[in-house]
Amino acid sequence: MSEPKDPGKPDLSKAEPPSDVPEPVPAWKAIMQGLGPTGLALRIGSPLLALLISLVITMILLRATGADPFSSVQSMIDYGTTENSIVDIVNRATRYYLSAVAVAIGFRMALLNIGVDGQYRLAAFLAAALGGAITLPAPLGQLLVIAAAMVVGGVWAAIAGVLKVTRGVSEVLSTIMLNAIATGLIAYLLNDQRLAELRPGSNNVATPKIPEDGRVGSLNGFLSSIGIDLPGAVYGLLPLAIVVGIVFWVVINHTRFGFDLKVSGMSPSAAQASGVNARRMIVYTMVASGVVAGLIGMPELLGASHEYSLNFPAGLGFTGITVALLGRNHPAGIALAALLFAFLDQTSDVLQEVDVPKEIVGVMQGVVVLTVVIVYELVRRWEIRLQQRTVAAELATGHDLAREARGSTGSAS
Amino acid sequence: MPEQVPAVRLTSITKRFPGVVANRDVNLTIERGEVHALCGENGAGKSTLMKILYGMQRPDEGAIEIEGEQVTLRTPADAIGRGIGMVHQHFKLADNLTVLENVILGAEPRTWFGGIDFAAARARIEEMSRAYGLSVDPDVLVETLGVGKRQRVEILKVLYRGARVLILDEPTAVLVPQEVDELFGNLRELRAEGLTVLFISHKLDEVLAVADTISVIRRGTTVATRLDPREVTSRRLAELMVGSELPTPELRDSTVTEDVQLDISGLTVLTPEGRPVVDDVSLRIRRGEIVGLAGVEGNGQTELIEAIMGIRHADAGTIRFLPGGVGGRSPTMTRGGDDITHWATRKRREAGIAYIPEDRHRHGLVLEGTLWENRMLGHQTQPPNVRGPWIDRRGARRDTTRIVQAYDVRTPGIDVPAAALSGGNQQKLIVGREMSGEPHLLIAAHPTRGIDVGAQAAIWDHLRQARADGLAVLLISADLEELIGMSDTLHVIYGGRLVAEVDPRTVTPEDLGSAMTGAGDDSGDSSGDGSGAGS
Repeated sequence: MSEPKDPGKPDLSKAEPPSDVPEPVPAWKAIMQGLGPTGLALRIGSPLLALLISLVITMILLRATGADPFSSVQSMIDYGTTENSIVDIVNRATRYYLSAVAVAIGFRMALLNIGVDGQYRLAAFLAAALGGAITLPAPLGQLLVIAAAMVVGGVWAAIAGVLKVTRGVSEVLSTIMLNAIATGLIAYLLNDQRLAELRPGSNNVATPKIPEDGRVGSLNGFLSSIGIDLPGAVYGLLPLAIVVGIVFWVVINHTRFGFDLKVSGMSPSAAQASGVNARRMIVYTMVASGVVAGLIGMPELLGASHEYSLNFPAGLGFTGITVALLGRNHPAGIALAALLFAFLDQTSDVLQEVDVPKEIVGVMQGVVVLTVVIVYELVRRWEIRLQQRTVAAELATGHDLAREARGSTGSAS
Repeated sequence: MPEQVPAVRLTSITKRFPGVVANRDVNLTIERGEVHALCGENGAGKSTLMKILYGMQRPDEGAIEIEGEQVTLRTPADAIGRGIGMVHQHFKLADNLTVLENVILGAEPRTWFGGIDFAAARARIEEMSRAYGLSVDPDVLVETLGVGKRQRVEILKVLYRGARVLILDEPTAVLVPQEVDELFGNLRELRAEGLTVLFISHKLDEVLAVADTISVIRRGTTVATRLDPREVTSRRLAELMVGSELPTPELRDSTVTEDVQLDISGLTVLTPEGRPVVDDVSLRIRRGEIVGLAGVEGNGQTELIEAIMGIRHADAGTIRFLPGGVGGRSPTMTRGGDDITHWATRKRREAGIAYIPEDRHRHGLVLEGTLWENRMLGHQTQPPNVRGPWIDRRGARRDTTRIVQAYDVRTPGIDVPAAALSGGNQQKLIVGREMSGEPHLLIAAHPTRGIDVGAQAAIWDHLRQARADGLAVLLISADLEELIGMSDTLHVIYGGRLVAEVDPRTVTPEDLGSAMTGAGDDSGDSSGDGSGAGS
């Protein structure tokens, strides 16, 4: 089309070999992999712009439901910044964060791990049963439970990976079905005849309580030592989520494995030609995603509930998909997205007080994700065109790394 | 030529794209009933100019006159309405339709009842075929036709829509020499019938053979117009095109050693249906030797190189590879080496096999990645890109800068995405990357396709230098001149088999072309969309 051409350099060959006009990355792929603008200003500007747009849309929605948008938002903010809410928001965000990182690992190489939900529930359940059954001295019990959860999550995800590379089964289908199987398996095992026990005085069934020694205390002691006093208990495993985020970032950006992963996601054919074993990468990635998924339930299990019961938080795996999309697969972006989602979920109750149905929060979350995704994709496309023009323009004006280094301006032709 | 209004007259055409000027003050007159050749290098602005004439781009300045009448062409439909037709380099045909159906597609004659009037269409096509000597059976499926015949269908399509001026964009790029001769015969018949042909090419011998008039475009502007082919030499044209002397692919002294670097024997690759696409191929490449592989695209070259790289699974046969550093190992054994038939691609790359893939966008680059990330591609386990399991960003970046400078990759920096570079510069980056790290064997598929003459000469220089240092090279190219000039040994592949070995010092492109079509059996060539890029 109107690809810029440069008359000064006869080396701009256009459409001569079969594929000289690169096919643009399809939007769905770019969105899934979190491709976005690369310039720093745009990376900060785009989400701000997107959030601003979604705020405006949300306000219009609130107005349409008959509420006063400003006072509704104001009451959400007021409620969301109370100390009690902050603790809940942070805890919620921790769960969302781990879930979103698990999803993002798959996204990075164009694998849709829909099965994070089943992986974390099965992992939390089996790890809870294990933790409740045995008593070990302080650090060992916790480590054993966490390790067991990681193994279960990894194995459950590996099934989908192996099916994909050996039988060509789409990971979307297999993980959705594995979710259903996990649900059935937990329902079967969460029974007082098997791995669980009835809670007296209620219809709840739960795994045996993890003994005192095997629990992780809250972070409040540490927080008050640095001058932050909060009423509720902040998950003691909050630092684990931070570590997972850092490890994720380091692996993706600074290791060979991460490079292979990124390349496989961006261009499977180029990755294969470069020597990446695509089949092995699929299995590894699914396992890594499942291992992180196994951690999702740990802060709650070891820090708050100490058992897996019918009341254990469910559906986090699906929230993780949206949070990963919103956070652009970037560890820091995911953290902000997780906090935003947790804030919206936490403050949904207060909307009822101003006569707005709390379900509108779900609409808000959808609006935010759609806006961010669309804005990013538009900005990304705009930036690519801009870069192509800049490169052509800089070359046209003789700003050229190769020639500058030689210190001559002689043309090659 | 008759003194009358010209078929097409372009006056002061200027077309700017943001930041650059693609065409600058182009003046071109094309008389009725002539074959007018427009030459220029890749990227000189030929395509843009033709797109302007075909209504795909609007000029910023200047005027287009057709048959003496000033016109504004907004869309290709306008151009077709004015009698201008374009035959694209890459055919736009529906394989599963017949020739007849393809020709009338989108311009179907109607019967009174609203159905398609096939009888009328057939009559017209047969009449046109006869009149212009374009013999094609209207009822065969296009998928059964060879490249040359498909091109005829494209020409018929354009004529069917009433074109009086035909633009042919690099029509010979996909043809073997015999097909080129047939095409030229057709063009002469079209001219005899009073049609005007605008022939775009950078292959000078062809231009001189077929054109009545030649115009040269360089850096977006016409540097010579209406040259008489009887009065101009190919060297003069080349100088006009590039503004300097034209490099030629050639090897001087033989550097071929006795050490067999790669020894393929009985290699067979089957399709999923069990049909051999590479059939019992045995091939030896010695250190310091460039082995050329000639063949019409789609005859097993792709599968062969992918089997050598371990991207494709070999169904039979062995591949042996001599390990060790250049000059490092004592040459006690000339036979032997490691059996790498079942090695993974990465292990082969680490052992010193470099690979310039034929499709740089699908296999050679990650377009969204930066240049330095692309420099790591295929070498992401080797220094200077990594240290242990860690990526060495500084090392990779430094070496990227080195490649950019040594291979004259035109870029303002190494942090731009590969997609922002032009095709030629992307190719230079790939060649530079694959030549680094002292490889022992280079699999080069179309290493100079789509790049300018200067860079082509530079890549040939690098190949010659590496060959002198003992590199073994398997060269695949659609540019027969490059293949003949740069090969020590030249094999012909046809239908997945090595059918002939020819001496590159004595063979002519014509002989090679006939060997490539299966030595006389010229009906069975499968479809290919290869293109030659050399000049």
